Amino acid sequence: MDFTTFVKPSNGDSMATAEATDGNDAKKLQFWKHVEYIENHGKQEDDYEYCMTEFLRMSGIYWGVTALDIMGQLDRLERKYVLEFVKRCQCPVTGGFAPCEGHDAHLLYTLSAIQILCTYDALDEIDTDAVVRFVVGLQQPDGSFFGDKWGEVDTRFSFCAVATLTLLKRLEASIDVEKAVKFVMSCCNQTDGGFGSKPGAESHAGLIYCCVGFLSLTQRLHLLDVDKLGWWLCERQLPAGGLNGRPEKLPDVCYSWWVLSSLTIMGRLHWISSEKLQEFILSCQDLETGGFSDRTGNMPDIFHTLFGIGGLSLLGHGGLKPINPTLCMPQYIIDRLDIHPQKLERP
Amino acid sequence: MSDSSDDEYFCTDWLPYSERKDWEDIKPLEQDDGPNPVVSIAYSQKFRDVFDYTRAIIAKGEKSRRALDLTTDALRLNPANYTVWQYRRDILREIEADLNVELDYLGEVIGQNAKNYQVWHHRRVIVEMLNDPSNELELTKNALDNDGDAKNYHAWQHRQWAIKTFNLYDDELRYVDRLICEDQRNNSAWNQRFFVLKHLGFTPEVIQRELVYTMNRIRIIKNNESAWNFLVGVLRQSGGDDQYQLNSHPEVVEFSEELYNAGNRSPYLLAFLIDVYQEQALHQKANNEQLARKVFTLCDDMATKHDVIRRKYWQYVASHLKSQLDKEKQQQQQYQETEKGH
Repeated sequence: MDFTTFVKPSNGDSMATAEATDGNDAKKLQFWKHVEYIENHGKQEDDYEYCMTEFLRMSGIYWGVTALDIMGQLDRLERKYVLEFVKRCQCPVTGGFAPCEGHDAHLLYTLSAIQILCTYDALDEIDTDAVVRFVVGLQQPDGSFFGDKWGEVDTRFSFCAVATLTLLKRLEASIDVEKAVKFVMSCCNQTDGGFGSKPGAESHAGLIYCCVGFLSLTQRLHLLDVDKLGWWLCERQLPAGGLNGRPEKLPDVCYSWWVLSSLTIMGRLHWISSEKLQEFILSCQDLETGGFSDRTGNMPDIFHTLFGIGGLSLLGHGGLKPINPTLCMPQYIIDRLDIHPQKLERP
Repeated sequence: MSDSSDDEYFCTDWLPYSERKDWEDIKPLEQDDGPNPVVSIAYSQKFRDVFDYTRAIIAKGEKSRRALDLTTDALRLNPANYTVWQYRRDILREIEADLNVELDYLGEVIGQNAKNYQVWHHRRVIVEMLNDPSNELELTKNALDNDGDAKNYHAWQHRQWAIKTFNLYDDELRYVDRLICEDQRNNSAWNQRFFVLKHLGFTPEVIQRELVYTMNRIRIIKNNESAWNFLVGVLRQSGGDDQYQLNSHPEVVEFSEELYNAGNRSPYLLAFLIDVYQEQALHQKANNEQLARKVFTLCDDMATKHDVIRRKYWQYVASHLKSQLDKEKQQQQQYQETEKGH
């Protein structure tokens, strides 16, 4: 299985009209190159990376599907094949989703699967009750969530749990939301207002996104010290425009998304320099192959490609559909589902 | 993800499982690529051989010594494959393997894959099964020291888990102090310091000592985000009026003003002073306009000189204080008018 499995044959050469190259390429969004990059993902016979990431295939498909949808190119993939793949990954015993057949179900891939199904408006094609049972079964007495039966606890899993249940419209009357909130808030650090993976763990932009997103989904944003956390997040912007995930770390396109989406949820997007961030994200495009890398000059991958495109969408870049900052999915899908993650007003 | 270390391991005398006598009874199980396979990935015979047999073993549910060795090969090829790790744990339990041997093996794997969720989680499960944390501080210390990444999130998580679970707090402050001396901007080390202190308890003596410690660090490197955040975190533990905690220790305010008067304009110093004066302005009824002016001036300096990229934030801080003070003034006036009415 590779991504080209899902591509409609008719799309073969429609990219011939690709942009003419000129010296300013790095400053413009290489729209068609990125479409081509995602379509070709995993196609190269020798794609070591693709094979090594088998264990997260479901998320890989979510990243590709979402990026294409934000670019208005979802119809390049064959809906039927994508859904067949997703459905084959639902575990008949636990009800959760595996990253691909032969692997065990995990919350991370369960959320990715549900996101893909929502994008294709296909929730009715799977057993959603079983998914709810899987998620509910992973909540612990302290409110936290295991990622799977092996008992790793992490605020990422709290986010995955409430995001999955929200998309299924089953957040109420399933888990103990109060306790879940209490656990997430116990991971808030008094030094900088940020969040880590567990109580006491260092603040980290990726985990802050999970916790802020969690509070947005549970309508509890008032629990945040918005000014303090907002400032810490703004501090992540480096002079060259990119954002890092912790103090004294290098800037990265995925951290740019996590900081940016958190600030957007908190109504504080305008506190950083959008122009400079946009410049940084565009500088991480691979002008030859398409796709985005973590930082300028590195190899592109599908994960950073979604967060590059998503970041540009949040910044209002033309030609891209609006993205929902909490669920990292096109806003029109969230509207179609009639879901309303909380967002604070700009002060 | 590079293949080079595996090549070394799977060197010349590597015999594919498909050619091994003792594996003849197993029929390899290929990855099911679904009904529409387009391209087969032919980058590595070795990879395919090992994983086809691994899939077969998992499907069969065989838990044996040879199955354990097979997972060792599979994980050497792809240490991020969490399904194989899980199966390995099943095997270890079933055949009652010597878990100390497993710990040694994991030490080696972590040495090569220190940023891999699965390896660290496996380590934790084995330590729990053995109920013996005696190697964990050394292991994480090596990951933080020797591998050149003193901020490795996985190593810190594991260290915190071991300390919390087995009560290993005793020497931790000394270790953290060493890391902070080596790199004063190591945010992970400052966070660990707070983690330990929170457990030991923020008594007035501890707060006093930590404030001095942090101020001494800031004297050496002023523009250090981690140290300033830590300082605020400690001040917030001082109890009493939670609207006046930044001003609870006058020596810290004096220290910051001294730095400012000596010409330092680190954004973190200015940000701290802004918060301090803001607290004073909202707390003191008397000369709060003068204090507010201090805040406005500093915010303006930040927005136009020292932290231009975040100017909108500083404009917000100033206007927010102004609206808070206006509101207070209005309330006072209303109160006075009702008093007069009576």
